[in-house]
Amino acid sequence: MSSALRSILANRLRSILTILGIVIGVTSVILLISLVSGLNSFITSQIEGLGSNLIFVIPGRIGGSRSPGGIQANRLILQDATNLQKQLLDQAKVSAVVQRTSTLKYNNKLDRGVAIFGVQGNYPDIISVKLTSGKFFNDSEANSGRKVVVIGPTVASTLFGLTSPIGQSVDIGGLKYKVIGLTKSRGSTFGIDQDNSVLIPLTAAQKQFGLDRLNTIYISANNSEQVRKVQAEATSILKKRLSEDDFSVQTQEQTLSTISQITSVLSLALGGIAAISLIVGGIGIMNIMLVSVTERTKEIGLRKALGARPTDIRNQFLIEAITLSGLGGLIGITLGISLSLIIGLFLTTTITWWSIVLSFGFSTLVGILFGVMPAIRAARLNPIQALRYE
Amino acid sequence: MKPVIILKNITKIYQSGELSFRALKNINLTINEGDFTAITGASGSGKSTLMNIIGLLDIPTSGTFLLDNVETSKLNDNQLAKLRNQKIGFIFQSFNLLPRTSAIDNVALPLIYAKIEKYERLEKAKISLDLVGLSDKLKSHPNQLSGGQQQRVAIARALVTNPQILLADEPTGNLDSKSGFEIMQIFKRLNKEGKTIIMITHEPEIAKHAKKIITIKDGDIL
Ligand SMILES: Nc1ncnc2c1ncn2[C@@H]1O[C@H](COP(=O)(O)OP(=O)(O)OP(=O)(O)O)[C@@H](O)[C@H]1O
Ligand SMILES: [Mg+2]
Repeated sequence: MSSALRSILANRLRSILTILGIVIGVTSVILLISLVSGLNSFITSQIEGLGSNLIFVIPGRIGGSRSPGGIQANRLILQDATNLQKQLLDQAKVSAVVQRTSTLKYNNKLDRGVAIFGVQGNYPDIISVKLTSGKFFNDSEANSGRKVVVIGPTVASTLFGLTSPIGQSVDIGGLKYKVIGLTKSRGSTFGIDQDNSVLIPLTAAQKQFGLDRLNTIYISANNSEQVRKVQAEATSILKKRLSEDDFSVQTQEQTLSTISQITSVLSLALGGIAAISLIVGGIGIMNIMLVSVTERTKEIGLRKALGARPTDIRNQFLIEAITLSGLGGLIGITLGISLSLIIGLFLTTTITWWSIVLSFGFSTLVGILFGVMPAIRAARLNPIQALRYE
Repeated sequence: MKPVIILKNITKIYQSGELSFRALKNINLTINEGDFTAITGASGSGKSTLMNIIGLLDIPTSGTFLLDNVETSKLNDNQLAKLRNQKIGFIFQSFNLLPRTSAIDNVALPLIYAKIEKYERLEKAKISLDLVGLSDKLKSHPNQLSGGQQQRVAIARALVTNPQILLADEPTGNLDSKSGFEIMQIFKRLNKEGKTIIMITHEPEIAKHAKKIITIKDGDIL
């Protein structure tokens, strides 16, 4: 025991480098995996948090030549949403959404790049909108074209600071809107602030910005068993006016799985990086151990000459390797968790126990293996062979 | 006179690939308790080879080696380790101290393998360093010591388990004549106190301190 610790202290540089190799591996694996899992659970919770039994209609065809959000002409119009609502009346609620970006002004304060959503009065029945104060516009307010707005917390703090925005008039793209509600914070996705957005009546948005094409139609089935059926019916209703390539109808579940396909590619990439850093750390440890093998073999020869048994040698090196690897592993875990928590202040991170076990297990295994293997080999030599090793 | 070392027909053949080299040829030698023997001979004659076999650091190709009436070829690794630790103190030409380790820790090293408690280890190491006149260098690392001082630390380490036999392979080979002379004074005193000493040396000046001189030529005792 004491010879192992003495040896660790006597060879500080070697010890520190070994620990460093393990720290690099463990920290990066824990951190990267917590980022990936965080991203996954964030996206899932965002989509699930939208509402229940949701079906999305978006322009373009997913996986087709005209992919959604592409530059091809969007043919989805309000008439489609109205048709859907009429024919699905007893099975689902339908709400259309248009979107663009604009600048908001209040007195001499500006908020640029605000996402403006034009929505119908039934929007909160379909998509969960949590308000911290004020109220949402109802159908008649929305349809009469009144200029009212429900703003996000970032907009509120940028334009109004600490004073209450409710009842104030705000300038959106040159026209005055009355603030009637304030939404709860939803955080940010991929660094895009979701709270820097406002909701205005669809009619007003279409009139002011000339938006006749819809960005999304949300459909909410009245019960969960009917989601698939509603999806099929919505598709056939839309097909009467539109061609197959003009739109996609996706359930919440399908959207989740589409997104999880994207994030799993990302997971794979980051996992690859994590694996590389584990290997880099492992090679670091290996190098240090191999570089010191000559010196260590001589030391083993000397110890044997002075009366060490092969088991004494093995135990010394085992304890040394376990101590260094364990210490490096613990530092790595601490560092990985702290960094994940710090990054968690800005992005969602989820620390997973298996990433801790995996990285710690792998690194300590490499550390112990390469720490002990040369020692066991050297301990088998007779003392004079070990002493003369070059 | 009690014999402590008996070599019968000891042969050592070094095998490297196709080449084999007979470094020792049927050596017969008896060393008695309390002897102080110098081994001399030309370079490459087989002195170190013989000494390593006596010190249980190497095994002979054939022949019998009795250490204190124990037939050593029948011993396993652990038993050999115990004998090296308890019966033999080995002093190397190149000191072989652990680098970055203090003199006292170097000296105390064999006591770890004798399963002696830490406090007692340090006490014994201190006494041992005192015997070679280095009480003021307990904490010094090898790179802070002169060659003569390093060799004295190595002697203190060889003495610390109070072994019966002291083996020294050219203990003064890397030292100036004054340091070499001091080492010989220590050896003579230890021999007077009862230690059996075998020492390899090139130098007649050093060999003359021993009670008996053996000369080796081409793996044979003359
Ligand atoms: N491991 C080995 N493999 C092959 N040959 C060896 C080995 N060790 C020693 N020899 C050979 O055995 C012979 C005796 O070597 P040894 O070291 O015993 O000589 P020595 O008398 O101690 O010489 P010196 O006075 O130079 O130290 C030498 O010819 C040497 O080349
Ligand atoms: Mg020699």
